[in-house]
Amino acid sequence: MVVYDKPHALLDVPLHYCPGCLHGVVHKLVAEVIDELGIEGKTIGIAPVGCSVMAYDYFACDMIEAAHGRAPAVATGVKRADPSKVVFTYQGDGDLASIGMAETVHAAARNENITVIFINNAIYGMTGGQMAPTSLVGQVTQTSPYGRDPKLCGYPIRVCELLSELEGPEYLERVTVNSIPHIRAAKTAIKKAFTNQIEGNGFSLIEVVSSCPTNWGMTPQNALKWIEEKMLPYYPLGVYKDRSNGEVKK
Amino acid sequence: MADKVLMKGNEAIAEAAIKAGCRHYFGYPITPQTEVAAYMAKRMPKIGGTFLQAESEIAAINMVYGVASAGLRVMTSSSSPGISLKGEGISYLAGADLPALVVNVQRGGPGLGGIQPSQSDYFQSTRGGGHGDYHMIVLAPSSVQEMAEMTVKGFELADKYRMTAMVLADGTMGQMMEPVDLNFEVAPAPEKPWATTGTEMKRKHNIVNSLSLVPEELEKLNIARFERYELVKRNETMYEEYMMDDADIAIAAFGIAARVSKNAVNEARKRGIKAGLIRPITLWPFPDAPFKKAATHVKQFISVELNMGQMIEDVRLASECKVPVTLCNRVGGMIPSPEQVLDAIVKASK
Repeated sequence: MVVYDKPHALLDVPLHYCPGCLHGVVHKLVAEVIDELGIEGKTIGIAPVGCSVMAYDYFACDMIEAAHGRAPAVATGVKRADPSKVVFTYQGDGDLASIGMAETVHAAARNENITVIFINNAIYGMTGGQMAPTSLVGQVTQTSPYGRDPKLCGYPIRVCELLSELEGPEYLERVTVNSIPHIRAAKTAIKKAFTNQIEGNGFSLIEVVSSCPTNWGMTPQNALKWIEEKMLPYYPLGVYKDRSNGEVKK
Repeated sequence: MADKVLMKGNEAIAEAAIKAGCRHYFGYPITPQTEVAAYMAKRMPKIGGTFLQAESEIAAINMVYGVASAGLRVMTSSSSPGISLKGEGISYLAGADLPALVVNVQRGGPGLGGIQPSQSDYFQSTRGGGHGDYHMIVLAPSSVQEMAEMTVKGFELADKYRMTAMVLADGTMGQMMEPVDLNFEVAPAPEKPWATTGTEMKRKHNIVNSLSLVPEELEKLNIARFERYELVKRNETMYEEYMMDDADIAIAAFGIAARVSKNAVNEARKRGIKAGLIRPITLWPFPDAPFKKAATHVKQFISVELNMGQMIEDVRLASECKVPVTLCNRVGGMIPSPEQVLDAIVKASK
Protein backbone atom coordinates (compact mmCIF):
# COMPACT_ATOMS: atom_id res chain seq x y z
CA MET A 1 0.00 0.00 0.00
CA VAL A 2 1.39 3.38 -0.96
CA VAL A 3 1.04 5.71 2.01
CA TYR A 4 2.96 8.62 0.52
CA ASP A 5 4.35 9.35 -2.93
CA LYS A 6 6.29 12.36 -4.19
CA PRO A 7 4.14 14.46 -6.50
CA HIS A 8 4.87 13.86 -10.18
CA ALA A 9 4.87 17.60 -10.89
CA LEU A 10 7.91 18.04 -8.63
CA LEU A 11 11.05 16.62 -10.20
CA ASP A 12 13.13 14.18 -8.17
CA VAL A 13 16.14 16.49 -7.90
CA PRO A 14 17.97 17.96 -4.91
CA LEU A 15 16.59 21.39 -3.94
CA HIS A 16 19.13 24.07 -3.07
CA TYR A 17 17.15 25.55 -0.18
CA CYS A 18 18.65 26.00 3.30
CA PRO A 19 17.82 23.58 6.11
CA GLY A 20 14.49 24.54 7.66
CA CYS A 21 13.40 26.65 4.68
CA LEU A 22 9.72 26.27 3.84
CA HIS A 23 10.02 26.74 0.06
CA GLY A 24 10.25 22.94 -0.24
CA VAL A 25 6.93 22.56 1.57
CA VAL A 26 5.18 25.11 -0.63
CA HIS A 27 6.72 23.65 -3.81
CA LYS A 28 5.33 20.28 -2.77
CA LEU A 29 1.86 21.70 -2.12
CA VAL A 30 1.80 23.39 -5.54
CA ALA A 31 2.99 20.17 -7.20
CA GLU A 32 0.39 18.06 -5.37
CA VAL A 33 -2.35 20.43 -6.51
CA ILE A 34 -1.08 20.26 -10.11
CA ASP A 35 -1.15 16.45 -9.86
CA GLU A 36 -4.60 16.30 -8.31
CA LEU A 37 -6.06 18.62 -10.94
CA GLY A 38 -4.29 16.68 -13.71
CA ILE A 39 -2.92 19.86 -15.30
CA GLU A 40 0.86 19.30 -15.42
CA GLY A 41 0.90 18.96 -19.21
CA LYS A 42 -0.78 22.31 -19.76
CA THR A 43 0.75 24.29 -16.92
CA ILE A 44 3.45 26.93 -17.34
CA GLY A 45 5.14 28.23 -14.19
CA ILE A 46 6.98 31.53 -13.86
CA ALA A 47 9.92 31.63 -11.46
CA PRO A 48 10.97 34.92 -9.81
CA VAL A 49 14.31 36.43 -8.88
CA GLY A 50 15.07 35.54 -5.29
CA CYS A 51 15.62 32.32 -3.38
CA SER A 52 13.17 30.41 -5.58
CA VAL A 53 14.81 31.61 -8.80
CA MET A 54 15.74 28.04 -9.66
CA ALA A 55 12.20 26.73 -9.23
CA TYR A 56 12.37 26.19 -12.99
CA ASP A 57 14.62 23.20 -12.31
CA TYR A 58 12.22 21.72 -9.76
CA PHE A 59 8.78 21.75 -11.34
CA ALA A 60 8.11 19.18 -14.07
CA CYS A 61 5.85 21.50 -16.08
CA ASP A 62 7.20 24.04 -18.59
CA MET A 63 8.92 26.89 -16.76
CA ILE A 64 9.99 30.46 -17.48
CA GLU A 65 12.46 32.53 -15.49
CA ALA A 66 11.30 36.15 -15.29
CA ALA A 67 13.18 39.35 -14.54
CA HIS A 68 12.95 40.57 -10.93
CA GLY A 69 9.34 41.46 -10.12
CA ARG A 70 8.05 40.99 -13.65
CA ALA A 71 6.50 37.53 -13.29
CA PRO A 72 2.86 38.77 -13.39
CA ALA A 73 3.57 40.62 -16.66
CA VAL A 74 5.29 37.56 -18.15
CA ALA A 75 2.39 35.39 -16.95
CA THR A 76 -0.01 37.83 -18.62
CA GLY A 77 1.80 37.29 -21.92
CA VAL A 78 1.81 33.51 -21.58
CA LYS A 79 -1.86 33.40 -20.62
CA ARG A 80 -2.91 35.76 -23.43
CA ALA A 81 -0.90 33.66 -25.88
CA ASP A 82 -3.07 30.64 -25.04
CA PRO A 83 -5.85 31.08 -22.47
CA SER A 84 -6.39 27.29 -22.32
CA LYS A 85 -3.08 26.92 -20.48
CA VAL A 86 -2.73 27.14 -16.70
CA VAL A 87 -0.21 29.80 -15.68
CA PHE A 88 1.16 30.42 -12.21
CA THR A 89 3.84 32.66 -10.75
CA TYR A 90 5.86 31.84 -7.66
CA GLN A 91 7.31 34.99 -6.07
CA GLY A 92 8.91 36.22 -2.88
CA ASP A 93 8.23 39.44 -0.98
CA GLY A 94 11.02 41.50 -2.52
CA ASP A 95 10.06 40.36 -6.00
CA LEU A 96 6.30 40.77 -5.65
CA ALA A 97 5.83 43.58 -3.13
CA SER A 98 8.83 45.80 -3.79
CA ILE A 99 10.27 45.88 -7.30
CA GLY A 100 7.25 44.15 -8.83
CA MET A 101 4.46 45.93 -6.98
CA ALA A 102 3.18 47.69 -10.11
CA GLU A 103 3.01 44.44 -12.06
CA THR A 104 1.26 42.75 -9.11
CA VAL A 105 -1.33 45.48 -8.60
CA HIS A 106 -2.15 45.79 -12.29
CA ALA A 107 -2.40 42.05 -12.92
CA ALA A 108 -4.84 41.96 -9.98
CA ALA A 109 -6.73 45.02 -11.22
CA ARG A 110 -7.13 43.40 -14.66
CA ASN A 111 -8.31 40.24 -12.92
CA GLU A 112 -5.77 38.47 -15.11
CA ASN A 113 -6.73 34.80 -15.10
CA ILE A 114 -3.55 33.56 -13.42
CA THR A 115 -2.51 32.10 -10.08
CA VAL A 116 0.06 33.85 -7.90
CA ILE A 117 1.85 32.04 -5.08
CA PHE A 118 3.42 34.73 -2.89
CA ILE A 119 5.97 33.72 -0.27
CA ASN A 120 6.23 36.34 2.48
CA ASN A 121 9.12 35.66 4.84
CA ALA A 122 9.83 39.31 5.62
CA ILE A 123 13.36 39.31 4.23
CA TYR A 124 15.49 39.13 1.08
CA GLY A 125 16.95 35.64 1.39
CA MET A 126 18.96 35.17 -1.81
CA THR A 127 21.11 38.26 -1.39
CA GLY A 128 21.83 37.55 2.25
CA GLY A 129 19.11 39.00 4.44
CA GLN A 130 18.23 42.57 3.57
CA MET A 131 15.13 44.45 4.69
CA ALA A 132 12.04 43.55 2.65
CA PRO A 133 8.88 45.61 2.10
CA THR A 134 7.28 43.12 4.49
CA SER A 135 9.99 43.20 7.19
CA LEU A 136 8.38 43.91 10.57
CA VAL A 137 8.91 47.11 12.52
CA GLY A 138 12.01 46.63 14.63
CA GLN A 139 13.17 43.62 12.59
CA VAL A 140 16.95 43.45 12.38
CA THR A 141 18.29 42.76 8.89
CA GLN A 142 21.53 43.46 7.06
CA THR A 143 20.14 46.78 5.81
CA SER A 144 18.21 47.62 8.97
CA PRO A 145 20.94 46.69 11.48
CA TYR A 146 19.32 48.72 14.26
CA GLY A 147 15.88 47.31 13.53
CA ARG A 148 13.36 48.57 10.96
CA ASP A 149 12.62 52.15 11.92
CA PRO A 150 9.28 53.34 10.52
CA LYS A 151 10.53 56.94 10.65
CA LEU A 152 13.23 56.02 8.15
CA CYS A 153 11.59 53.38 6.01
CA GLY A 154 7.93 53.23 6.78
CA TYR A 155 5.79 50.26 7.62
CA PRO A 156 5.58 46.75 6.23
CA ILE A 157 3.09 46.25 3.40
CA ARG A 158 0.14 43.92 3.84
CA VAL A 159 -0.35 42.71 0.28
CA CYS A 160 -3.67 40.88 0.66
CA GLU A 161 -5.26 43.84 2.42
CA LEU A 162 -3.89 46.26 -0.19
CA LEU A 163 -5.15 44.22 -3.14
CA SER A 164 -8.52 43.58 -1.50
CA GLU A 165 -9.37 47.24 -2.10
CA LEU A 166 -9.28 46.58 -5.84
CA GLU A 167 -12.43 45.65 -7.71
CA GLY A 168 -10.46 43.27 -9.93
CA PRO A 169 -9.08 40.24 -8.16
CA GLU A 170 -11.12 37.09 -7.73
CA TYR A 171 -9.49 35.54 -4.71
CA LEU A 172 -6.99 36.64 -2.05
CA GLU A 173 -6.05 34.50 0.91
CA ARG A 174 -3.24 34.53 3.45
CA VAL A 175 -2.06 31.19 4.80
CA THR A 176 1.04 29.88 6.56
CA VAL A 177 2.90 26.58 6.65
CA ASN A 178 4.37 26.52 10.17
CA SER A 179 2.30 23.54 11.38
CA ILE A 180 0.55 20.49 9.95
CA PRO A 181 -2.97 22.01 10.19
CA HIS A 182 -1.72 25.22 8.59
CA ILE A 183 -0.02 23.24 5.79
CA ARG A 184 -3.30 21.43 5.10
CA ALA A 185 -5.21 24.71 4.99
CA ALA A 186 -2.56 26.21 2.72
CA LYS A 187 -2.99 23.37 0.25
CA THR A 188 -6.75 23.89 0.17
CA ALA A 189 -6.17 27.58 -0.60
CA ILE A 190 -3.62 26.83 -3.34
CA LYS A 191 -6.00 24.34 -4.90
CA LYS A 192 -8.76 26.93 -4.90
CA ALA A 193 -6.41 29.41 -6.58
CA PHE A 194 -5.70 26.96 -9.41
CA THR A 195 -9.33 25.85 -9.66
CA ASN A 196 -10.40 29.47 -9.99
CA GLN A 197 -8.13 29.85 -13.00
CA ILE A 198 -9.33 26.65 -14.64
CA GLU A 199 -12.92 27.84 -14.20
CA GLY A 200 -11.98 31.19 -15.75
CA ASN A 201 -12.72 33.23 -12.63
CA GLY A 202 -9.58 35.36 -12.74
CA PHE A 203 -6.74 36.49 -10.53
CA SER A 204 -6.04 34.48 -7.40
CA LEU A 205 -3.20 35.24 -5.01
CA ILE A 206 -2.23 33.06 -2.07
CA GLU A 207 0.13 34.76 0.37
CA VAL A 208 2.10 32.19 2.30
CA VAL A 209 3.62 33.54 5.52
CA SER A 210 6.93 31.75 5.65
CA SER A 211 10.28 31.72 7.42
CA CYS A 212 13.97 32.22 6.75
CA PRO A 213 15.91 30.54 9.56
CA THR A 214 19.25 31.37 7.92
CA ASN A 215 18.74 35.11 7.61
CA TRP A 216 16.51 35.45 10.65
CA GLY A 217 19.41 33.85 12.56
CA MET A 218 17.23 31.21 14.22
CA THR A 219 16.87 27.48 14.40
CA PRO A 220 14.11 26.17 12.13
CA GLN A 221 11.95 25.41 15.18
CA ASN A 222 12.34 28.92 16.57
CA ALA A 223 11.58 30.34 13.14
CA LEU A 224 8.26 28.48 13.09
CA LYS A 225 7.51 29.94 16.52
CA TRP A 226 8.51 33.43 15.31
CA ILE A 227 5.94 33.12 12.52
CA GLU A 228 3.27 32.40 15.11
CA GLU A 229 4.33 35.06 17.61
CA LYS A 230 5.56 37.95 15.43
CA MET A 231 4.38 37.50 11.85
CA LEU A 232 0.78 36.35 12.25
CA PRO A 233 -0.30 39.20 14.55
CA TYR A 234 0.76 41.67 11.82
CA TYR A 235 -0.24 39.39 8.93
CA PRO A 236 -3.52 37.75 10.05
CA LEU A 237 -4.49 34.60 8.20
CA GLY A 238 -7.73 34.41 6.28
CA VAL A 239 -9.61 35.09 3.05
CA TYR A 240 -9.33 38.75 2.07
CA LYS A 241 -11.38 38.62 -1.06
CA ASP A 242 -13.57 36.00 -2.65
CA ARG A 243 -15.73 37.31 -5.44
CA SER A 244 -17.61 34.01 -5.65
CA ASN A 245 -19.37 34.91 -2.40
CA GLY A 246 -18.74 38.64 -2.33
CA GLU A 247 -16.49 38.32 0.70
CA VAL A 248 -14.18 41.20 1.49
CA LYS A 249 -12.48 41.09 4.88
CA LYS A 250 -12.39 44.40 6.69
CA MET B 1 0.19 48.61 -60.36
CA ALA B 2 -0.53 46.95 -57.04
CA ASP B 3 -3.12 48.40 -54.71
CA LYS B 4 -1.65 51.14 -52.57
CA VAL B 5 -3.10 52.73 -49.49
CA LEU B 6 -2.24 56.10 -48.01
CA MET B 7 -1.01 55.51 -44.48
CA LYS B 8 0.96 57.07 -41.68
CA GLY B 9 4.26 55.35 -40.96
CA ASN B 10 3.07 54.26 -37.53
CA GLU B 11 -0.09 52.73 -39.01
CA ALA B 12 1.92 50.99 -41.72
CA ILE B 13 4.00 49.32 -39.01
CA ALA B 14 0.88 48.11 -37.22
CA GLU B 15 -0.83 46.76 -40.33
CA ALA B 16 2.37 45.11 -41.55
CA ALA B 17 2.77 43.40 -38.17
CA ILE B 18 -0.72 41.96 -38.50
CA LYS B 19 0.10 40.80 -42.03
CA ALA B 20 3.22 39.14 -40.59
CA GLY B 21 1.04 37.08 -38.27
CA CYS B 22 1.53 39.10 -35.11
CA ARG B 23 -1.58 38.73 -32.93
CA HIS B 24 -0.20 40.10 -29.67
CA TYR B 25 0.71 43.72 -29.08
CA PHE B 26 1.59 45.33 -25.74
CA GLY B 27 2.32 49.01 -25.37
CA TYR B 28 2.27 52.09 -23.21
CA PRO B 29 1.30 55.55 -24.50
CA ILE B 30 4.15 57.79 -25.65
CA THR B 31 4.48 60.37 -28.42
CA PRO B 32 5.31 60.11 -31.34
CA GLN B 33 4.41 56.42 -31.72
CA THR B 34 0.87 56.53 -30.33
CA GLU B 35 -0.78 55.59 -33.64
CA VAL B 36 0.75 52.12 -33.50
CA ALA B 37 -1.11 51.34 -30.28
CA ALA B 38 -4.27 53.09 -31.43
CA TYR B 39 -4.30 51.07 -34.65
CA MET B 40 -3.70 47.81 -32.78
CA ALA B 41 -6.42 48.65 -30.25
CA LYS B 42 -8.89 48.92 -33.13
CA ARG B 43 -7.73 45.98 -35.22
CA MET B 44 -6.67 43.25 -32.79
CA PRO B 45 -10.10 42.56 -31.23
CA LYS B 46 -11.56 42.17 -34.75
CA ILE B 47 -9.09 39.44 -35.73
CA GLY B 48 -8.95 37.44 -32.52
CA GLY B 49 -5.72 39.09 -31.40
CA THR B 50 -4.65 40.72 -28.17
CA PHE B 51 -4.09 44.41 -27.66
CA LEU B 52 -3.21 45.29 -24.11
CA GLN B 53 -2.22 48.67 -22.75
CA ALA B 54 0.29 47.73 -20.08
CA GLU B 55 0.86 49.60 -16.82
CA SER B 56 4.34 50.60 -17.95
CA GLU B 57 6.89 50.01 -20.70
CA ILE B 58 8.56 47.57 -18.32
CA ALA B 59 5.40 45.51 -18.01
CA ALA B 60 4.79 45.70 -21.77
CA ILE B 61 8.19 44.25 -22.69
CA ASN B 62 7.74 41.51 -20.10
CA MET B 63 4.35 40.63 -21.58
CA VAL B 64 6.21 40.40 -24.88
CA TYR B 65 8.66 38.06 -23.12
CA GLY B 66 5.75 35.87 -22.06
CA VAL B 67 4.21 35.59 -25.54
CA ALA B 68 7.64 35.05 -27.11
CA SER B 69 8.21 32.22 -24.60
CA ALA B 70 4.96 30.70 -25.81
CA GLY B 71 6.38 30.74 -29.34
CA LEU B 72 4.15 33.34 -31.00
CA ARG B 73 5.02 36.44 -33.01
CA VAL B 74 4.74 39.42 -30.69
CA MET B 75 5.68 43.09 -30.63
CA THR B 76 5.78 46.28 -28.66
CA SER B 77 6.44 49.83 -29.76
CA SER B 78 7.58 52.94 -27.96
CA SER B 79 9.66 56.06 -28.29
CA SER B 80 13.07 56.85 -26.84
CA PRO B 81 12.37 57.31 -23.09
CA GLY B 82 10.11 54.27 -23.20
CA ILE B 83 12.77 52.21 -24.94
CA SER B 84 15.15 52.93 -22.06
CA LEU B 85 12.59 51.35 -19.74
CA LYS B 86 12.28 48.36 -22.04
CA GLY B 87 16.06 47.93 -21.96
CA GLU B 88 15.88 45.52 -19.05
CA GLY B 89 13.38 43.30 -20.81
CA ILE B 90 15.27 43.44 -24.10
CA SER B 91 18.39 42.22 -22.31
CA TYR B 92 16.40 39.32 -20.84
CA LEU B 93 14.97 38.52 -24.28
CA ALA B 94 18.55 38.35 -25.55
CA GLY B 95 19.67 36.23 -22.61
CA ALA B 96 16.82 33.79 -23.13
CA ASP B 97 17.26 33.83 -26.95
CA LEU B 98 13.66 34.83 -27.56
CA PRO B 99 12.43 36.34 -30.84
CA ALA B 100 10.44 39.57 -30.65
CA LEU B 101 9.93 42.84 -32.51
CA VAL B 102 10.47 46.20 -30.84
CA VAL B 103 9.71 49.46 -32.64
CA ASN B 104 11.40 52.70 -31.57
CA VAL B 105 9.95 55.85 -33.11
CA GLN B 106 12.72 58.08 -31.83
CA ARG B 107 12.35 61.54 -30.30
CA GLY B 108 14.93 63.97 -29.01
CA GLY B 109 16.65 63.32 -25.70
CA PRO B 110 18.25 62.78 -23.26
CA GLY B 111 15.78 62.53 -20.39
CA LEU B 112 12.29 63.54 -21.34
CA GLY B 113 13.82 65.52 -24.21
CA GLY B 114 11.21 66.56 -26.75
CA ILE B 115 8.67 64.93 -29.03
CA GLN B 116 10.20 65.88 -32.37
CA PRO B 117 12.22 63.47 -34.55
CA SER B 118 15.69 62.37 -33.61
CA GLN B 119 18.24 59.65 -34.31
CA SER B 120 19.93 59.93 -30.95
CA ASP B 121 19.21 56.32 -29.92
CA TYR B 122 21.70 55.00 -32.49
CA PHE B 123 24.26 54.02 -29.84
CA GLN B 124 21.58 52.55 -27.58
CA SER B 125 20.09 50.36 -30.27
CA THR B 126 23.20 49.27 -32.16
CA ARG B 127 25.13 48.41 -28.99
CA GLY B 128 22.27 46.48 -27.42
CA GLY B 129 20.78 49.05 -25.06
CA GLY B 130 20.52 46.96 -21.92
CA HIS B 131 23.12 45.21 -19.77
CA GLY B 132 25.29 42.37 -20.98
CA ASP B 133 26.89 41.30 -24.26
CA TYR B 134 24.21 41.19 -26.92
CA HIS B 135 22.89 42.76 -30.07
CA MET B 136 19.56 43.39 -31.67
CA ILE B 137 19.02 43.33 -35.41
CA VAL B 138 18.38 47.04 -36.08
CA LEU B 139 16.43 48.01 -39.19
CA ALA B 140 16.27 51.63 -40.32
CA PRO B 141 13.43 52.44 -42.73
CA SER B 142 13.47 55.65 -44.76
CA SER B 143 9.95 55.60 -46.19
CA VAL B 144 6.50 54.52 -45.08
CA GLN B 145 6.77 51.59 -47.49
CA GLU B 146 9.94 50.53 -45.73
CA MET B 147 8.31 50.97 -42.32
CA ALA B 148 5.96 48.19 -43.41
CA GLU B 149 8.61 46.04 -45.10
CA MET B 150 11.10 46.34 -42.23
CA THR B 151 8.39 45.30 -39.78
CA VAL B 152 7.76 42.09 -41.69
CA LYS B 153 11.50 41.54 -42.16
CA GLY B 154 11.98 42.14 -38.45
CA PHE B 155 9.59 39.34 -37.49
CA GLU B 156 11.21 36.98 -39.97
CA LEU B 157 14.77 37.71 -38.82
CA ALA B 158 13.79 37.58 -35.15
CA ASP B 159 12.38 34.08 -35.64
CA LYS B 160 15.25 32.93 -37.84
CA TYR B 161 17.97 33.94 -35.39
CA ARG B 162 16.02 33.91 -32.08
CA MET B 163 16.82 37.57 -31.51
CA THR B 164 15.05 40.81 -30.87
CA ALA B 165 14.69 42.83 -34.04
CA MET B 166 14.21 46.57 -33.72
CA VAL B 167 12.67 48.88 -36.27
CA LEU B 168 14.49 52.13 -35.55
CA ALA B 169 12.36 54.90 -36.98
CA ASP B 170 11.92 58.51 -35.91
CA GLY B 171 9.09 60.95 -35.39
CA THR B 172 9.07 61.96 -39.06
CA MET B 173 8.84 58.39 -40.30
CA GLY B 174 6.08 57.66 -37.80
CA GLN B 175 3.98 60.70 -38.63
CA MET B 176 4.41 61.15 -42.39
CA MET B 177 1.87 59.73 -44.84
CA GLU B 178 2.79 57.96 -48.07
CA PRO B 179 1.18 55.39 -50.34
CA VAL B 180 2.02 51.87 -49.21
CA ASP B 181 1.77 48.52 -50.96
CA LEU B 182 0.99 45.98 -48.27
CA ASN B 183 0.80 42.95 -50.55
CA PHE B 184 4.01 41.23 -49.59
CA GLU B 185 5.03 37.66 -49.02
CA VAL B 186 5.55 36.68 -45.40
CA ALA B 187 7.71 33.74 -44.40
CA PRO B 188 5.75 31.58 -41.94
CA ALA B 189 7.17 31.31 -38.43
CA PRO B 190 9.47 28.31 -38.03
CA GLU B 191 8.81 25.46 -35.60
CA LYS B 192 9.73 26.42 -32.05
CA PRO B 193 10.33 23.19 -30.13
CA TRP B 194 11.89 25.21 -27.29
CA ALA B 195 8.69 27.15 -26.54
CA THR B 196 6.93 26.80 -23.19
CA THR B 197 3.55 25.67 -24.46
CA GLY B 198 2.96 22.91 -21.89
CA THR B 199 4.57 19.47 -21.96
CA GLU B 200 1.27 17.69 -22.76
CA MET B 201 3.05 14.96 -20.72
CA LYS B 202 4.86 14.02 -23.94
CA ARG B 203 8.27 15.60 -23.42
CA LYS B 204 10.69 16.83 -20.76
CA HIS B 205 9.83 20.31 -19.56
CA ASN B 206 11.07 23.30 -21.53
CA ILE B 207 12.75 26.12 -19.63
CA VAL B 208 13.03 29.70 -20.87
CA ASN B 209 15.79 31.26 -18.86
CA SER B 210 18.67 33.72 -18.89
CA LEU B 211 20.28 32.62 -15.60
CA SER B 212 23.48 30.59 -15.74
CA LEU B 213 25.50 30.60 -12.54
CA VAL B 214 28.41 28.47 -13.71
CA PRO B 215 30.90 30.84 -15.41
CA GLU B 216 32.24 28.18 -17.78
CA GLU B 217 28.70 27.56 -19.04
CA LEU B 218 27.73 31.24 -19.25
CA GLU B 219 30.89 31.89 -21.25
CA LYS B 220 29.93 29.15 -23.71
CA LEU B 221 26.41 30.57 -24.06
CA ASN B 222 27.80 34.03 -24.83
CA ILE B 223 30.25 32.68 -27.39
CA ALA B 224 27.55 30.58 -29.07
CA ARG B 225 25.30 33.64 -29.26
CA PHE B 226 28.02 35.66 -30.94
CA GLU B 227 28.65 32.86 -33.43
CA ARG B 228 24.98 33.25 -34.36
CA TYR B 229 25.54 37.01 -34.65
CA GLU B 230 28.33 36.30 -37.16
CA LEU B 231 25.78 34.49 -39.33
CA VAL B 232 23.50 37.53 -39.12
CA LYS B 233 26.37 39.76 -40.21
CA ARG B 234 27.18 37.49 -43.13
CA ASN B 235 23.61 36.90 -44.33
CA GLU B 236 21.50 39.87 -43.38
CA THR B 237 23.50 43.09 -43.75
CA MET B 238 21.54 45.53 -45.91
CA TYR B 239 22.40 48.90 -47.44
CA GLU B 240 21.68 51.09 -50.42
CA GLU B 241 24.32 52.80 -52.53
CA TYR B 242 23.30 55.85 -54.54
CA MET B 243 25.65 57.31 -57.17
CA MET B 244 28.63 55.83 -55.41
CA ASP B 245 30.46 54.34 -58.44
CA ASP B 246 32.42 57.50 -59.27
CA ALA B 247 31.82 59.46 -56.07
CA ASP B 248 34.44 61.81 -54.63
CA ILE B 249 32.31 62.72 -51.61
CA ALA B 250 30.22 60.09 -49.83
CA ILE B 251 27.34 60.85 -47.54
CA ALA B 252 26.54 58.31 -44.84
CA ALA B 253 22.96 58.62 -43.65
CA PHE B 254 20.01 56.47 -42.62
CA GLY B 255 16.29 57.01 -42.19
CA ILE B 256 15.01 60.54 -42.70
CA ALA B 257 18.58 61.86 -42.93
CA ALA B 258 19.15 59.68 -46.01
CA ARG B 259 16.09 61.14 -47.74
CA VAL B 260 17.29 64.66 -47.13
CA SER B 261 20.80 63.68 -48.23
CA LYS B 262 19.61 62.17 -51.50
CA ASN B 263 18.20 65.55 -52.50
CA ALA B 264 21.51 67.17 -51.62
CA VAL B 265 23.44 64.58 -53.67
CA ASN B 266 21.20 65.24 -56.69
CA GLU B 267 21.75 68.99 -56.35
CA ALA B 268 25.51 68.52 -55.98
CA ARG B 269 25.61 66.39 -59.13
CA LYS B 270 23.82 69.18 -61.01
CA ARG B 271 26.67 71.43 -59.95
CA GLY B 272 29.22 68.95 -61.18
CA ILE B 273 30.27 67.64 -57.78
CA LYS B 274 30.56 63.87 -57.73
CA ALA B 275 28.63 63.15 -54.54
CA GLY B 276 27.12 59.81 -53.56
CA LEU B 277 25.22 58.25 -50.69
CA ILE B 278 25.64 55.09 -48.66
CA ARG B 279 22.48 54.34 -46.71
CA PRO B 280 22.79 51.62 -44.07
CA ILE B 281 19.45 49.78 -43.86
CA THR B 282 20.65 47.45 -41.12
CA LEU B 283 22.37 49.59 -38.49
CA TRP B 284 23.35 46.39 -36.73
CA PRO B 285 24.87 44.57 -38.43
CA PHE B 286 26.51 47.71 -39.82
CA PRO B 287 27.40 47.49 -43.53
CA ASP B 288 31.19 47.79 -43.35
CA ALA B 289 31.82 46.65 -46.94
CA PRO B 290 30.54 49.67 -48.91
CA PHE B 291 32.43 52.06 -46.66
CA LYS B 292 35.64 50.07 -46.95
CA LYS B 293 35.26 50.04 -50.72
CA ALA B 294 34.39 53.75 -50.92
CA ALA B 295 37.39 54.66 -48.78
CA THR B 296 39.58 53.70 -51.75
CA HIS B 297 38.14 56.42 -54.00
CA VAL B 298 36.34 59.14 -52.01
CA LYS B 299 38.23 61.98 -50.42
CA GLN B 300 35.77 62.49 -47.58
CA PHE B 301 32.78 60.90 -45.83
CA ILE B 302 30.09 63.15 -44.41
CA SER B 303 27.92 61.51 -41.77
CA VAL B 304 24.51 63.19 -41.77
CA GLU B 305 22.68 62.49 -38.54
CA LEU B 306 19.94 63.79 -36.25
CA ASN B 307 22.21 63.52 -33.21
CA MET B 308 25.56 64.80 -31.96
CA GLY B 309 27.46 62.26 -34.05
CA GLN B 310 26.87 58.60 -33.30
CA MET B 311 26.92 56.61 -36.55
CA ILE B 312 30.02 58.61 -37.49
CA GLU B 313 32.00 56.29 -35.21
CA ASP B 314 30.91 53.25 -37.22
CA VAL B 315 31.71 55.06 -40.47
CA ARG B 316 35.24 55.72 -39.18
CA LEU B 317 35.63 52.11 -38.06
CA ALA B 318 34.25 50.70 -41.33
CA SER B 319 36.44 52.98 -43.48
CA GLU B 320 39.38 52.36 -41.14
CA CYS B 321 39.92 56.15 -40.96
CA LYS B 322 41.54 56.10 -44.40
CA VAL B 323 39.89 59.39 -45.35
CA PRO B 324 38.42 62.16 -43.17
CA VAL B 325 34.90 61.67 -41.82
CA THR B 326 33.00 64.84 -40.94
CA LEU B 327 29.64 65.42 -39.31
CA CYS B 328 26.66 67.32 -40.67
CA ASN B 329 23.91 67.30 -38.09
CA ARG B 330 20.95 68.87 -36.32
CA VAL B 331 19.70 67.76 -32.93
CA GLY B 332 16.92 68.22 -30.39
CA GLY B 333 14.16 67.49 -32.86
CA MET B 334 15.62 69.54 -35.73
CA ILE B 335 16.22 68.02 -39.16
CA PRO B 336 19.12 68.99 -41.44
CA SER B 337 17.89 70.73 -44.61
CA PRO B 338 19.06 69.63 -48.09
CA GLU B 339 20.80 73.04 -48.30
CA GLN B 340 22.78 72.34 -45.13
CA VAL B 341 23.90 68.96 -46.48
CA LEU B 342 24.69 70.53 -49.88
CA ASP B 343 26.82 73.17 -48.17
CA ALA B 344 28.76 70.41 -46.42
CA ILE B 345 29.27 68.64 -49.74
CA VAL B 346 30.43 71.83 -51.48
CA LYS B 347 32.82 72.56 -48.63
CA ALA B 348 34.24 69.05 -48.80
CA SER B 349 34.73 69.28 -52.56
CA LYS B 350 37.00 72.33 -52.30
